[in-house]
Amino acid sequence: MTLPLSDLTAVLPELIIVAAACLVLGLDPITPASRKDWLAWLSLVSLAVCAGVTSSQMHLRVSAFSDLVLLDPYACFWKLLLYLASGLTILMSLAYLRTERIHLGEYYGFILLSLCGMMIMVSATDLLTIYLGIELMSLSLYVLAGFKRFEARSLEAAAKYFVLGAFSSGILLYGISLLFGVAGSTRLAAIAAAVGSRGLDDPALVVALILLVVGFGFKIAVVPFHMWTPDVYEGAPTSVTAFMAVASKAASFGAFLRVFLEGLGGLKANWYGLFLVVCVATMVLGNVVAIVQTNIKRMLAYSSIAHAGYALIGVVVAGQTEAEGAVRTLGVSSVMLYLAVYAFMTLGAFAVVAMLRKGGLEGDEIEDFTGLAKRQPLAAFLMLVFMVSLAGIPPTAGFIGKFYLFMAAVKAGLTWLAVVAVLFAAVSAYYYLRVVMVMYMRDPEAVEGPLPRLAMSPAMTIVLASTLAGVILLGLYPNPLVSVTTYAVLSLK
Amino acid sequence: MGLFFFYYLAGVIILTALLVVALRNPIYSVLSLLIMFFHVAGLYVTLHAEFLAAVQVIVYAGAILVLYLFVVMLLNVKREDRYHPQLPIGAFLGLVIVTEVLLLAFQRRESDVPPMPPPGSVAQVVGNTETIGDVLYTTYLFPFEVASLILLVAMIGAIVLAKRDLFEQQ
Repeated sequence: MTLPLSDLTAVLPELIIVAAACLVLGLDPITPASRKDWLAWLSLVSLAVCAGVTSSQMHLRVSAFSDLVLLDPYACFWKLLLYLASGLTILMSLAYLRTERIHLGEYYGFILLSLCGMMIMVSATDLLTIYLGIELMSLSLYVLAGFKRFEARSLEAAAKYFVLGAFSSGILLYGISLLFGVAGSTRLAAIAAAVGSRGLDDPALVVALILLVVGFGFKIAVVPFHMWTPDVYEGAPTSVTAFMAVASKAASFGAFLRVFLEGLGGLKANWYGLFLVVCVATMVLGNVVAIVQTNIKRMLAYSSIAHAGYALIGVVVAGQTEAEGAVRTLGVSSVMLYLAVYAFMTLGAFAVVAMLRKGGLEGDEIEDFTGLAKRQPLAAFLMLVFMVSLAGIPPTAGFIGKFYLFMAAVKAGLTWLAVVAVLFAAVSAYYYLRVVMVMYMRDPEAVEGPLPRLAMSPAMTIVLASTLAGVILLGLYPNPLVSVTTYAVLSLK
Repeated sequence: MGLFFFYYLAGVIILTALLVVALRNPIYSVLSLLIMFFHVAGLYVTLHAEFLAAVQVIVYAGAILVLYLFVVMLLNVKREDRYHPQLPIGAFLGLVIVTEVLLLAFQRRESDVPPMPPPGSVAQVVGNTETIGDVLYTTYLFPFEVASLILLVAMIGAIVLAKRDLFEQQ
């Protein structure tokens, strides 16, 4: 058997990333400890090359490897978002890892391999391949979460994440095996055909659907499958937390939307109600519990849960059978828009947290931000912008993201859902703005000795500048992104 | 006859799987896991998947289980009281889920059962192992390669998390 060249070009970005990961892992032993930065720059170059390749493939629709992988605009959109998240994570890691004394070359290898898993997730059209992508992503993340292995919290995070992740993978696999039993194939197209011919109330399909919802629910961290999130986000190194909160969530949403719209689209009437309940529960619990958090990473963890809840509004709209096709498309595209916006503001917020890391102490309690405006005016201003954006206040990108989601809900006749979401967005403003208040309204405690040094570097400046630019520019002029997401959604069946 | 074997194997699998989590002594747990693996291999034989059955015995019963036993014996894990605080809640939720699945299972009409896929005609000619190898390297080449990446990650991950003086040079 020979591999047609088109098969290889369809997965060219994945091949580049894997090659770069192997190169990083191979060069690591011969790189002196003071030169580990080179490996980061090598990874960034591979990401830039991939971004070029993927943008040139944006208009293609190529099915490769006996229809297991599909290169379409939808996959390309997620891939570009994932490159962005990975690139910014690597940039913010440079100074942070050095401060934490965990600057190993393997770190970048794992980020790249995890990224490769995510890319497979968003481009696979076969449940087994999607599952393997999820495993590749998760396994790398388990290791990354435990990277500060001399710290109990980090190890706890890794162990918890591993056990619960393995458990949820088991549930997901069980659902996949039931679907395989019904359809005789794990390909989404075959599953869609089987669903179409077998009707809604087939018990095997119902059980499989529930198991898939649970499995994916764990990965995107929605209530009631969110329990692992706060502990893992708090314990993992901050740069890894940012990567998990943004990239892993985006990839999971990418795979999840494809599976439920392309594969299980015929079961809309069944999963619509499920997601409606999960969506409301996630928004309520994520926002309410975030209020009482005193640790900024835990607060951002609950906020990321709440944001997954907002994004689910779009999924609910897509499953609303009474809505017009255009409205359902708007629902999906607003999910994608929201996750892109969410990537900028969350990466920015975590970058500030990583930057403020104090020597010796982690410095991730909200109290540590007291009087930051006087000590570090620039850092405080950046945090202000990201918090305002996360709360969804104009003219930031966070507002645009929420606006499109709520508009989709209203157009689909789900006005009450939009009202609930707005109410809880108002609740969220309380805990986001509390950080701002702590930074600006309180005086810093008198600190003896020199001020703690920031984990600052030119790379960190790039991260902060680009996330700030993203949050502001997308808030003022979202049209290009909106048209890209709309174009990408139309390639979904 | 086939049905009798299925119920025997399935019954033993469920029983031993329950024993794995219910037994207090980890060694006994591991041993009942061993019995379970053998019976799962038996299920594969009834499905004419001889290759899978052999792999199941060699990999799981052979390699993985011995590894478990080594860990249990090296760590000298004594009998422990496990799960107790959460047992009632867990048992209740488990019961709810089992009831639901059973209800759904009995709801099935005979016509709902998907047609049994025809036994692979290729397998009869060239043999089970050869067919699997053929499919793995042609149709499922891509996932197969992804699986190899997963193993790579697992291997390096174990080193990063466990190697002694990895961070000391910094």
